[in-house]
Amino acid sequence: MKHARIAYAGAVHDATEHEGQLRLADGRLVPFGAVVWLPPLAPTPRPRTILALGLNYADHAKELAFKAPEEPLVFIKGEGSLIGHRAFTQRPAEVKFMHYECELAIVIGRTAKKVRREDAYDFIAGYTVANDYAIRDYLENWYRPNLRVKNRDTCTPIGPWLVDRQDVPDPMALALQTTVNGKVTQSGNTRDMIFDVPFLVAYFSRFMTLQPGDLILTGTPDGVVDCQPGDVVVTRIAQIGELVNTIA
Amino acid sequence: MTSPLSPLFLPTGTVYGVLLNFQAETEALAPQMNTPPYQAPPKAPVLYVKPANTWSQNGTDIAVPVGAAEVELGASIAMVIGRDLRAANEDTALAALAGYVLVNDLSLPHTSFFRPPVKYKCVDGFLGIGPEMRPAGPSIDPSHFTLELRVNGVLRQSVRFSHLVRSAARLLADVSAFMTLRRGDLLLLGCDAGRPLARAGDHITVSAPGFASLHNQLTAEAAPQ
Repeated sequence: MKHARIAYAGAVHDATEHEGQLRLADGRLVPFGAVVWLPPLAPTPRPRTILALGLNYADHAKELAFKAPEEPLVFIKGEGSLIGHRAFTQRPAEVKFMHYECELAIVIGRTAKKVRREDAYDFIAGYTVANDYAIRDYLENWYRPNLRVKNRDTCTPIGPWLVDRQDVPDPMALALQTTVNGKVTQSGNTRDMIFDVPFLVAYFSRFMTLQPGDLILTGTPDGVVDCQPGDVVVTRIAQIGELVNTIA
Repeated sequence: MTSPLSPLFLPTGTVYGVLLNFQAETEALAPQMNTPPYQAPPKAPVLYVKPANTWSQNGTDIAVPVGAAEVELGASIAMVIGRDLRAANEDTALAALAGYVLVNDLSLPHTSFFRPPVKYKCVDGFLGIGPEMRPAGPSIDPSHFTLELRVNGVLRQSVRFSHLVRSAARLLADVSAFMTLRRGDLLLLGCDAGRPLARAGDHITVSAPGFASLHNQLTAEAAPQ
């Protein structure tokens, strides 16, 4: 099933996809265009942990002139950076290079501590699409990628759907694609991840307990380009969804 | 003191730490700053996140992971954001604070600051959090804060917050220039150089005038079955 979280008619609702419309908990059917899309994530009792991978596709690592990492390159971002489907992302006026990153996002479903790789999928609730924008002008070599690059308001669109794990039998064979104003600029496949989904859940849970609702953004493949105000950026992953964002 | 009826303080937002915000810390690294991998001194505040799995309330045990002989202690004071701060002005930023709380920002010892320190700083339990928030107010000047860190009752570090690179207000302004600090978030003022090491069995106390003290006991993590 595909789950969304939306604002509609003066309230926030959980909804599911039903034959091209949104079905609210009370059964009402609402067209996609009539709602404001929020990140498709239920609130958590404590702030959610958002882990994000860098250089996790062999081709992207090559593109950025780094050798492939021997262990995951990971950074953490705050919940304030998240924004929903069909939202606007701010590009600071003075920057020269701001790019999208289409990423498969894992949503944790059960408390995960020292999980074995072979059990890892049992701890996943589902998947969504994240666009982990970066502003390269602000890169510094201290805790790189630093938060000024990666933890900005409006710069992590996510959604539109949380798709149940059971509906994605093989998350390691999903096509990813990004278009800018309709032109394909990024193409890849999750099979090319350096550290795959079960590895990542097992790896992080070795030293940090993951809670339901925590996120792992699994990195992006080759093909990132600069985006300008007015550009419509669509990040899509097969079986998961198509996340639309506009640069403001 | 904490009465049995008052709940212990816990953050409701994201906890951000800051590297290189003490003068001695910056001076110690200065010879390396213009060489690889850093190439240049940092311009913006160097931040990291202490996620919810690291939070240890006052009085709880903190497990030292199997394979780690010692942990590095990071006694500090965190600012608790009271209302959202975006592009704050240094002159008025402190008015947005709800208060201040003692913390102990533990790390596994590491010497490179090139990559984000997740596996060193985000271990379960690795942020001791004081029992009570000290409310902010116009009469409180964070540059007057001092704290003492004791291991098994022995004084191991004294910290004076007059020795910051960015003052509390300056830090709020420079961080909120690129991201909103939201109500409930915490922003640490930094950890001074000369951070003591400790090991399983040690009792750690962070105390400061005007603050309820923070106590945590380090224990050995249970060995895997």
